[in-house]
Amino acid sequence: MDILSFFVIIPLITIIAILFSKSNKEVRVASAIGMGMQLILAAVLIYMYLSERASGNTAPMLFMQDVVWFENLNIHYLLGVDGISVAMIGLTAVVVFAGIFASWQVETLSKEFFISLILLASGVFGFFICLDLFTMFLFYEIAVIPMYLLIGIWGTGPKEYSAMKLTLMLMGGSAFLLLGVLGIYFNSAPDGGGLTFNIMEISKVHIPIAAQRFFFPLTFVGFGVLGALFPFHTWSPDGHASAPTAVSMLHAGVLMKLGGYGCFRVAMFLLPEAANEMGWIFIILTTISVVYGAFGAVVQKDLKYINAYSSVSHCGLVLFAILMMNKTAMDGAIVQMISHGLMTALFFALIGMIYGRTHTRLINEMGGLMKIMPFLGVCYVIAGLASLGLPGFSGFVAEMTVFFGAFQHTDTFHRVCTILACSSIVITAVYILRVVGILLLGPVKNDNYLKLGDAVWYERISTVTLILAIAAIGIAPLWLTDMIGDSLNPIVERLTQIQF
Amino acid sequence: MNIENFLLMRHELLLIAVAMLVLIAEIFWTGTNKNGIRAFAVVLFFITTVIGFMPITFGTLFGGMYNTTQLIILYKNILNVGVLIVLFQSYNWLKNDDNKHKISEYFILLISTLIGMNFMISSGDFLMFYMGLELATIPLAALAAFEIHKNKSAEAGVKLILTSALSSGIMLYGISIIYGTTGSIYFSEVSTMIGRDNLQVLGLIFFIAGLGFKISLVPFHLWTADVYEGAPINITSYLSVISKGAAVFILTITLFTVFRSVIALWQDVLYIIAVLTMTIGNLFAIRQQNLKRFLAFSSISQAGFILLGIIGGNQLGMSAVVYFILVYILSNLGAFGVVAAIANKTGKENMDDYNGLYATNPKLCLAMMISLFSLAGIPPVAGFFGKFFLFTAAAQQGFYILVLIALINTIISLYYYLLIVKAMFINKSDNPIAAFKSDFMTRLGLVVCMVGLFVIGFASVIFEYIDTLTFGV
Repeated sequence: MDILSFFVIIPLITIIAILFSKSNKEVRVASAIGMGMQLILAAVLIYMYLSERASGNTAPMLFMQDVVWFENLNIHYLLGVDGISVAMIGLTAVVVFAGIFASWQVETLSKEFFISLILLASGVFGFFICLDLFTMFLFYEIAVIPMYLLIGIWGTGPKEYSAMKLTLMLMGGSAFLLLGVLGIYFNSAPDGGGLTFNIMEISKVHIPIAAQRFFFPLTFVGFGVLGALFPFHTWSPDGHASAPTAVSMLHAGVLMKLGGYGCFRVAMFLLPEAANEMGWIFIILTTISVVYGAFGAVVQKDLKYINAYSSVSHCGLVLFAILMMNKTAMDGAIVQMISHGLMTALFFALIGMIYGRTHTRLINEMGGLMKIMPFLGVCYVIAGLASLGLPGFSGFVAEMTVFFGAFQHTDTFHRVCTILACSSIVITAVYILRVVGILLLGPVKNDNYLKLGDAVWYERISTVTLILAIAAIGIAPLWLTDMIGDSLNPIVERLTQIQF
Repeated sequence: MNIENFLLMRHELLLIAVAMLVLIAEIFWTGTNKNGIRAFAVVLFFITTVIGFMPITFGTLFGGMYNTTQLIILYKNILNVGVLIVLFQSYNWLKNDDNKHKISEYFILLISTLIGMNFMISSGDFLMFYMGLELATIPLAALAAFEIHKNKSAEAGVKLILTSALSSGIMLYGISIIYGTTGSIYFSEVSTMIGRDNLQVLGLIFFIAGLGFKISLVPFHLWTADVYEGAPINITSYLSVISKGAAVFILTITLFTVFRSVIALWQDVLYIIAVLTMTIGNLFAIRQQNLKRFLAFSSISQAGFILLGIIGGNQLGMSAVVYFILVYILSNLGAFGVVAAIANKTGKENMDDYNGLYATNPKLCLAMMISLFSLAGIPPVAGFFGKFFLFTAAAQQGFYILVLIALINTIISLYYYLLIVKAMFINKSDNPIAAFKSDFMTRLGLVVCMVGLFVIGFASVIFEYIDTLTFGV
């Protein structure tokens, strides 16, 4: 048994353990142990990956595992990771681990809650380790569908509406994606030979340009829906606002990254010519995402909505950077995915904790929380500063690299878009500082709040895990950029070699 | 012809034997309590099903009127398994006061229709095909009217017999046109003589229309919802999976063999029908409150998806159809099993009645959810694989737009399947259905479905095995 399969097996074992748990406490402990092991496994994987690379192994994918599944269609259970997937797996492990602790207080149907949450996580892990389009798609759908129950049962506000909207929009995206996958499959052998779902095999051939023109938009939009590409982002604010804490964390932190990851790993890597040709359309859309999301966040009053719009903006930046198609920008895109995943998870965790105490998420009704719950307040400030890209945190490294890369394009179109997207940094600062000012500083508006306590131990575990990860990237970004840099080369080469 | 040749018809002969034995048991069963016949019949049928899986030789009989291949045998076995599950699910229902005096009739009628379907699947000429079809249909009408004391059930019986008579008439007209223009009723001979002759085109279209009634394709679907709603639930589930499955199979076989030279023609016809069937079935399903009607419309739209496998005329398509039918039998029987279990206990079959069901009957809810997800094509259950292969088959022949329409329809269908999930898991109710323990046979039926749904998807050998047996145009 190879190390990668464990990323799917451990969640499954955890689910079985939860099924046999008798009390809420046992359920929580089982989930925490399972996801703790997953976190350790992710650390081991990162270590193994780095040592393998250090020993001079330059294969594009490491720890490959290939089992034939459906022979007649050439479907394989094909595993393999490069630096990017390793980084994403690390991110997922951290966020899921933090998410378990952030939902420690779930009492109603806790068994079902943790099973759905871990099932979702196993879908995400499966997606990142797979190199076969069919299996990838399978895991993608597994990651989406538990969301319906998670939001519908344990959510708040107009949860049924949000859950249905989110599920249908994401599944709609996956419908486009499936057609794209089928199109790629049936064009995967233009020179004759066997058709294949294997990403590495397909990346060696050039799919006919006519087919690319048809299937690239389908695939890109399919993943783009999950990455909150404008105008398909509307599920995101409603969904995030209604979802329970851990689900918002996982969704904004990891699932939206799945969209970005898919966009370059599948859409752009396999259909490079069309990506070059049609990239400009999506650059415009992502620029709108970035700016519109940021402006959206400025006018919202609900903490979760603010953060959801901010996620739209930041995830738009990921897609924007990917579309710049040079190594620097893409490097930044990956770092941005990791960094945004961590800090948005932190944000949502903190919002959940604050909401659990004050029972409101409207910023106008709160104030002076720093005096009442200093720990949470400080964490919130840290998350905010990371989000607006203060040096020393991961956000700075990411955005810096993205815009640096984007500005390497010398033509007017790219320049204009880059400058527009850059403006989001300022807007981000506006909404972050505004929230921090109203929410945390100033006088305490409601006397009832004076009785509220600060974070308890499980909340501290959750937040500290995330902050440590953010700081680790911010202070020492080089190991991360090194890790993903090498893996980006084949993708960037394939995209740039065929400039028209 | 010797006796060994007759053994080629093992499936049919065994079923006839079962029907006879039940009839004889009925004669000798003294007393008013006929519950024993239930167990007797189910055990006999179970044995039949098991024997069906044993190795058998293949060949043709009656000068080509009847033939078996490995694929046909496999398909008969699939149908047998489906019927067995239906029998499990109707076991408890037969005990009701209204039904217990006609237990043996139930089995005899049900098995007769199955015999008819088996002959239809095996047919090598239009005569045998038509006989099998009628044998499959007429007892079904009697079964639909089984709860004759209920107006709706009687209505369902009449509706079914009238519409099938009409559709049989149309199909017979088509067949006679084909006979008139080609001079033969044998599939193998007709296939060499069929062309784009106007009369033959008309014959083909009448033929498709006739089978379209049985499969309830739009625009021949109007009987479906009323019959499904009126008939007893177990008969509805039988109609929706077994009857439809058999008809789909013979449609595939005839189109792929008899009409293979006019593939371009029936592709156009099926294209339109597929789009209409999926879309209209889905749009009507959204508005349904009664779960039997709901599942009726959902099964109409599923039939539209099945056409995606047929339309390409490719080998992968036929494999996908057979595989999907297998999956569909299990998923639909799972859903109907839950509806039947609840309706038998409480008489409730509306979506609103299911509000808050998870709090009281979690296991039934999970079974229902898994079945619905399978129908919607959500992994990891088998429905996902089934739909994926259907789409792949259509995409292989370049029907990308059709696949896109089908995919959009999957999303619509997901919406209404989620409505039930929402009712069960999310909605609250002041007066939910009380917790109850369903009987052993119902649970057995559901467990078989659930295990099947998980195993069939991941066990790739099943699909690969089917793929070795199928053929393209």
